[in-house]
Amino acid sequence: MTKAINDFVIRFANVNGSGSASANFLFTKAIFRMGIPVTPKNIFPSNIQGLPTWYEVRVSAKGYLGRREGIDFIVAVNPQSMLADVKSLRSGGYFLYDSTKTLDPNLVREDINYIGIPLMEMSNNAFTDARQRQLFKNIIYVGALSALLAVEFSVLEELLAEQFKGKEKLIPANIKALKLGVDYVHKNFSYPLPLHLERLNLTSGKIMIDGNTACGLGALYAGATVASWYPITPSTSVIEAFTNYAQKYRTDSNSGNNKVAVVQAEDELAAIGMVIGASWNGARAFTATSGPGLSLMNEFLGLAYFAEIPVVLIDVQRAGPSTGMPTRTQQSDVLEAAYASHGDTKQIMLFPSTPKECFEMTATAFDLAEQLQTPVIVLTDLDLGMNDHISDALVWDDNRKYNRGKVLSASDLEKIEKFGRYLDVDNDGITYRTYPGTHPSKGSYFTRGTSRDEYAIYTEDSAAYQRNMDRLTKKWETTKKLVPAPEINTGKNKIGILFFGTSLYAAHEALDILQRNEIILDAIRIKSFPFNNQVKEFIEQHDLIFVVEQNRDAQLKSLLLIEMGINPNKLVSVLNYDGMPITADKIAGEISTVIKHSTISLSTAN
Amino acid sequence: MTYIKPKFRHPNLTKNKLGYTIDYYEGALSTLCAGCGHDSISAAIIQACYDLCIEPHRLAKLSGIGCSSKTPTYFLSNSHGFNSVHGRMPSVATGANLANKDLIYFGVSGDGDSASIGMGQFVHAVRRNVNMVYIVMNNGCYGLTKGQDSATADNGSISKAGSLNQFEAIDMAAMALELGSDFVAQSFSGDKEQLVPLIKAAINHKGFALINVISPCVTFNNNVGSTKSYDYVRQHVEATATIDFVPEMKEIKTSYKEGSVKKISMHDGSKISLEKLAPNWNPQNRQSALQAIHHARESGNILTGLLYINEDTIDLHRLIKTVEEPLNQLIESHLCPGNKVLQSINAEFY
Ligand SMILES: Cc1ncc(C[n+]2csc(CCOP(=O)(O)OP(=O)(O)O)c2C)c(N)n1
Ligand code: SF4
Ligand SMILES: [Mg+2]
Repeated sequence: MTKAINDFVIRFANVNGSGSASANFLFTKAIFRMGIPVTPKNIFPSNIQGLPTWYEVRVSAKGYLGRREGIDFIVAVNPQSMLADVKSLRSGGYFLYDSTKTLDPNLVREDINYIGIPLMEMSNNAFTDARQRQLFKNIIYVGALSALLAVEFSVLEELLAEQFKGKEKLIPANIKALKLGVDYVHKNFSYPLPLHLERLNLTSGKIMIDGNTACGLGALYAGATVASWYPITPSTSVIEAFTNYAQKYRTDSNSGNNKVAVVQAEDELAAIGMVIGASWNGARAFTATSGPGLSLMNEFLGLAYFAEIPVVLIDVQRAGPSTGMPTRTQQSDVLEAAYASHGDTKQIMLFPSTPKECFEMTATAFDLAEQLQTPVIVLTDLDLGMNDHISDALVWDDNRKYNRGKVLSASDLEKIEKFGRYLDVDNDGITYRTYPGTHPSKGSYFTRGTSRDEYAIYTEDSAAYQRNMDRLTKKWETTKKLVPAPEINTGKNKIGILFFGTSLYAAHEALDILQRNEIILDAIRIKSFPFNNQVKEFIEQHDLIFVVEQNRDAQLKSLLLIEMGINPNKLVSVLNYDGMPITADKIAGEISTVIKHSTISLSTAN
Repeated sequence: MTYIKPKFRHPNLTKNKLGYTIDYYEGALSTLCAGCGHDSISAAIIQACYDLCIEPHRLAKLSGIGCSSKTPTYFLSNSHGFNSVHGRMPSVATGANLANKDLIYFGVSGDGDSASIGMGQFVHAVRRNVNMVYIVMNNGCYGLTKGQDSATADNGSISKAGSLNQFEAIDMAAMALELGSDFVAQSFSGDKEQLVPLIKAAINHKGFALINVISPCVTFNNNVGSTKSYDYVRQHVEATATIDFVPEMKEIKTSYKEGSVKKISMHDGSKISLEKLAPNWNPQNRQSALQAIHHARESGNILTGLLYINEDTIDLHRLIKTVEEPLNQLIESHLCPGNKVLQSINAEFY
């Protein structure tokens, strides 16, 4: 029997659309409320109803919030996936199933523990309505789990009270279902199991939120007034969150009208086109998409780069190429985003790792886009965007001012002899712009994707074109000083690990695993592209660097090589591209294998 | 090379109420072929804006890609302009309009730009009723890429390469009517008398206003279903053995009475038949507008004039209920809910 306190993985095998999501979330949230670090992952198909879905919850007193291989407990309520579910359980693990029907002998393993509970029968006996019978079956297993794993019942009650605030009528039936599960366990099994929960105090002051909601909030706080989008998993909930909060906080109290325009576009081309039009005209505008949408937006991203128009684009990455695995996670849009569009283009990217960073970096993206008058692509992924993560609470500094960049007002224009939209007055590559309608006779200009001179006059003169391209390079250099710096943890080790985005969780845990085996690595977490000097220095200071990423082609490694002229032998990839979030075991395993066979010593002598 | 129009101040030019003479509404020197219909439309736009006493900086001009889409450079140099990407002007104009509802948005496109690559965007701009003027400079071909058939080329016309166009032409005006556009007009580039008032009406319309303007391409014109068109181009182009040869021609001007049908000779000697709406035409009936278009087409004519208008139109801003103040003028204190609210939002996730 697996014995573990506050350290296990439990997986729920459900049918898509059967109402299991809210029951499972209730379970997870209760653990969070008990002060125990917990991380849930949705593993779901691209389908609305009927196919298997899994919800995997990792509990870790040590605060490891990445995914872990090996399942200790399965709640198997989907007959369709039961055989695979039985097989996936660790030896000594627990298998909770609906015993309304007898268990198929094929599903019996000698080395695991079976917990049969007649969920359907109990639900059918207790409830009459067909829909209720289906829904409360899920709540009954949450009740059973609360007894088996020692989830505090009062916490469940508290959560139900919050969930049904204003709809209190619905509470008693839920409590009834929970109690059915509890009572059944009390009568039939010894409880709690050796594997269970004990209250800790490790989550106070934290929130549990998904990255997409945090991105939506970031856009709201950054003052976005125009959002245009085309639905695509896993990015849709960014705009949904933005829209919902905007309804609450952007409605004019007098007129009831909206201080925001959200438009569902006909496709991603139109979505980004609207963002470009709105930004050109002085509104803060953004869109959210995923890989296929990013591909479609390429031509427009080139226009925005060349015409120098701010764009905020949130790309919640999923597994590609093409439609790929639309409901699985990946970090595989890195190269596509970095050089989005034909011609010589480079795009700014930000890589949040946590919901808090989703919030902050989305807000920062608006400042950077306007300061630098160019697209900023926030690259998150399905794991960060659609799964709940424990995060520090969100904070907004009320003294913070939006940085709208170099925008000339009518009175500024009065003081200028001749306005040159693409004239590098400050020698930093960033030129001044005007919004349409500013001044009757000064400040108008004609922008375009075709070559033009410093005064925005159309020209195909080679020298003027090249001057402009060189100025854009200068702006790129300025960009390096403005984008978020990497997070670095260095000792005197000669080997380092480099990661970004959601690999953070598994990487931190992997560093601990390696340390236990006396492999101590320096670490750098990249937060943005272009890479700044600190990234370069870190790479120069180390003999070998493991680059961890969640794609097949080592895209970030390629980018580092292209942009920084590094000796390619210095970088060793650790890649995960099966569509599931990367695990610490994978990282630690690959790194220790390489180190075992390598001649490089781990640390410097001094 | 840069093309900036030299400014000649004619002392006798009359000023409009704002004190501007008509040259104040001009743009850079056109680089289109001499005699291109698009230039006549630019001239009509300049005239309309002058007549309406528009402050040029309160108007934003947007376009896609094509000879037609180049024209915004050639009018209103005191307006902001945006030459976007091929077929995507509608979305850029929509975004611009969302940001600031107080400006006039003037979109210029071609038949390739709007009826092929940009068909999706055109259709949706109509549906959304974006408050803008949308001029299609319709020459039935791709001028800038040297004369390929466009989707508005008539079925039965012969393309520059000699092949018969067997595909049905897209009728921009009929389509806009079907999609619910509340302002649909059709005209001919050379008919300034008709076009200028239509542009003025379109500017004044508080929603999406389409003017589909037949605008002959002097270099590759083949849009009229006329066998002569092809012959003419071949004669002239092949005779010189250079595709760059462009015949110098005068712009085609016309003037004809309402309710009459007028045959117009194109540069290649071909003719198009314009049927002007009768003076007592009631432009408030979508059904009869559609019928009239179909009827004219059956007789081989192109119906011109203001086909349909609904002045009680409800534009995008009113549909999605944005505040009175333009969104781009809202400041932080209007937009950012502040940390106190954020802490209450955090509480939803404890
Ligand atoms: C994405 C893309 N594809 C193709 C082109 C090449 N192209 C430029 S203009 C044009 C056709 C323009 O035709 P139309 O809109 O009718 O304008 P006209 O020149 O006839 O006025 C094409 C195909 C382009 N600029 N961008
Ligand atoms: S090619 Fe045709 S459309 Fe283009 S400028 Fe010349 S005449 Fe006009
Ligand atoms: Mg054309």
